[in-house]
Amino acid sequence: MNKITNNKAWFLVLPVFLIVAISAIIPLMTVVNYSVQDIFDPQTRFFVGTEWFKQVLEDTRLHDALVRQIIYTGSILAIEIPLGIAIALTLPRKGWGVSACMVLLALPLLIPWNVVGTIWQIFGRADIGLGGYVIRSLGISYNYSQNPMDAWITVVVMDVWHWTSLVVLLCYAGLRSIPDAYYQAAKIDGASNWAVFRFIQLPKMQSVLVIGVLLRFMDSFMIYTEPFVLTGGGPGNSTTFLSQYLTRMAVGQFDLGPAAAFSIIYFLIILLVCWVFYTVVMNAGKREEQ
Amino acid sequence: MRFQKRHIALLVYIIFLLLPIYWLFNMSIKTNTEILGAMTLFPDAPTLNNYRTILTDPAWYSGYINSMIYVAINVVISLCVALPAAYAFSRYNFTGDKHLFFWLLTNRMAPPAVFLLPFFQLYSSVNLFDTHIAVALAHCLFNVPLAVWILEGFMSGIPKEIDETAYIDGYSFPRFFTTIFIPLIRSGIGVTAFFCFMFSWVELLLARTLTSVEAKPIAATMTRTVSASGMDWGVLAAAGVLTIVPGALVIWFVRNYIAKGFAMGRV
Repeated sequence: MNKITNNKAWFLVLPVFLIVAISAIIPLMTVVNYSVQDIFDPQTRFFVGTEWFKQVLEDTRLHDALVRQIIYTGSILAIEIPLGIAIALTLPRKGWGVSACMVLLALPLLIPWNVVGTIWQIFGRADIGLGGYVIRSLGISYNYSQNPMDAWITVVVMDVWHWTSLVVLLCYAGLRSIPDAYYQAAKIDGASNWAVFRFIQLPKMQSVLVIGVLLRFMDSFMIYTEPFVLTGGGPGNSTTFLSQYLTRMAVGQFDLGPAAAFSIIYFLIILLVCWVFYTVVMNAGKREEQ
Repeated sequence: MRFQKRHIALLVYIIFLLLPIYWLFNMSIKTNTEILGAMTLFPDAPTLNNYRTILTDPAWYSGYINSMIYVAINVVISLCVALPAAYAFSRYNFTGDKHLFFWLLTNRMAPPAVFLLPFFQLYSSVNLFDTHIAVALAHCLFNVPLAVWILEGFMSGIPKEIDETAYIDGYSFPRFFTTIFIPLIRSGIGVTAFFCFMFSWVELLLARTLTSVEAKPIAATMTRTVSASGMDWGVLAAAGVLTIVPGALVIWFVRNYIAKGFAMGRV
């Protein structure tokens, strides 16, 4: 669509700019401020330059948390995106089933995150939870609060349970925008199911998949509440992800300087990945249009 | 035959979704002795006592009221500021528009953990700590960019000729916007409101940090069940079930908009 150049449009954007600026820029300045000072109390503070950044970058526990975070985000994306596409393809296209499926699928998305943690905390316990009980009675030893591997699996399954629906709903929206004529044409040409998927459905889902991947990447990279409730980061540190490490540092130990320095690095990582992804996909989209 | 297989896969997935929720519900209508005693798929003696505990104790139910108040304020603020902005992004080029749009999105990417302490200090310094408006404003950080993003997608789907015709017919911008344009993107607004509701309702970290007593969200109240006598599992489960109810109601109201709305959005 051709847009008119009109700088008066800034007046329409101004309220958004102000409200987001107040809740983004001021806190961000505070964080930057902390990251370069050593603060004992409100009156006594020293400028320490980049010392906190050095300390944070050399912190091996932080490296471990980052590695865990990357593995975690990678694995949930690898499960949720294909699964989401697959489920979206099985959804009915019309009839009463559509509304019913929408409501059921969206249900996990609207549960407060700590309740999600609570649900799985209960469900996974062998003494009072159905999931843990069934696994136990199959003869598999399973205890998410003792065994790191079990804790990992539980956290990943919980996230798949919680967020795959988002991918499904987005993909379904993409699929619905395909006119019936496309399918009829494909049928006349004798296209296989795979060809229909690869050349009709997948391209139509591209733009919504970008949104899906971006949202899932960002949200899983800053996941805090669910693992906090479920495992508390344990056993040991085996499910401590970045946000949890950060909160522990800032609120638990009150190491404001390093925590602020870490916040900035953390934010920059997310920003960088999203920007690269956004740019690559947008350029690919433009090339396809030409 | 193929049709059957597809539906079985869907059914299995939906059962996987519902089973943990069912288990929570199942626990909420059991007594604590039965929860800790035997593994039963259906409660032997269903009881509503856990729900009664919550609905008669102000310390419990005020949490629900608080959550709903700040979520409602947040949805209203987000929609009011995002509507004109999304219109500007979908219709005009202006200096710095692309940078501004990406900057807005970056706020959706900011980990709440990063903003925890600064927010606490900011709202304490202006005496907004422990008020509903503080939580609502804090949630604007991620909801406003999201609202702008979704609405912009919907608005781009409305042909520009409609705007032009209206202006030729002598409509002023505010009148055109409220009487013609907003009704046209009704479903988009519904979907946006749904998303704002969703992300504000489920967020706990900021909501808990910015409140202590007066505006404490229900999700934070739930930690109360850990008492000296051990976990009160039944009440915890009942509180959990009650936090799911508002969400389920909201989806039910917008279910047609979601199906229709998702398709009309950015696809």
